Amino acid sequence: MSLRSPLGQVLGAGSAKHGVHHWWMQRLTSVALVPLSIWFLVSLLSLPSFDHWVVSAWMAQSSSALLLILLVLVAAWHSQLGLQVVIEDYVHAAGAKTVTLVAITFAHVLIGSAGVLAVLRVAVRGAAP
Amino acid sequence: MVTSILNRFTGMGLSVGLLLLVYWLTAVAAGPQAQMRAGRILSLPVVKLLYVALVIAFSFHLIAGIRHLIWDTGRGLERAQARRSAWLVGVASVALMLVIIYCAWLSRGHAR
Repeated sequence: MSLRSPLGQVLGAGSAKHGVHHWWMQRLTSVALVPLSIWFLVSLLSLPSFDHWVVSAWMAQSSSALLLILLVLVAAWHSQLGLQVVIEDYVHAAGAKTVTLVAITFAHVLIGSAGVLAVLRVAVRGAAP
Repeated sequence: MVTSILNRFTGMGLSVGLLLLVYWLTAVAAGPQAQMRAGRILSLPVVKLLYVALVIAFSFHLIAGIRHLIWDTGRGLERAQARRSAWLVGVASVALMLVIIYCAWLSRGHAR
């Protein structure tokens, strides 16, 4: 029998309402990824080659730059939400779970920002001279 | 059951795919030399094998994900329906995979 009150035992365990938000964002990002990922695959396969000037000319178009940025951001978000559930399901030690969750979140923010920065660099510079 | 765990595995695989995509985008942004250096790594046989795995993972995850979205509307949750849609997911994702591989093969021939 613990002397901690029922409230004290759950404090810091997170709001019960976060789950709905997680679930909803997972669905929202997956709906967005259907057209985004198909667009990306079709564009990638329609590129005549992967030479630098071809790829950068494609990335420099505002429509493809915009869609690439959206793809990277939404995919990173969706990936973070998905991996979070996997970790929560399979990593049971409280410390290891927190450390992994933090690492995964940081890694995704880094990947997402790096992708956006790369697309912006090409888009601002314009196609290769 | 099987489709559910496969959806997780393929999703984890696609996270690796995202990492590769961002690596490639970063290399393109860094200039022609950097892209060429990255291209050497990205065209290693091991990495090419990874692309095949990614195409399989993408095809499955896309189709199985759409099934999950349909489930979320409350449709298709009866056991018999779920069994039927599991088969449908298998057939559709193999078909999608073949289409992608065929298109990739066509566009590679075009590049030469």
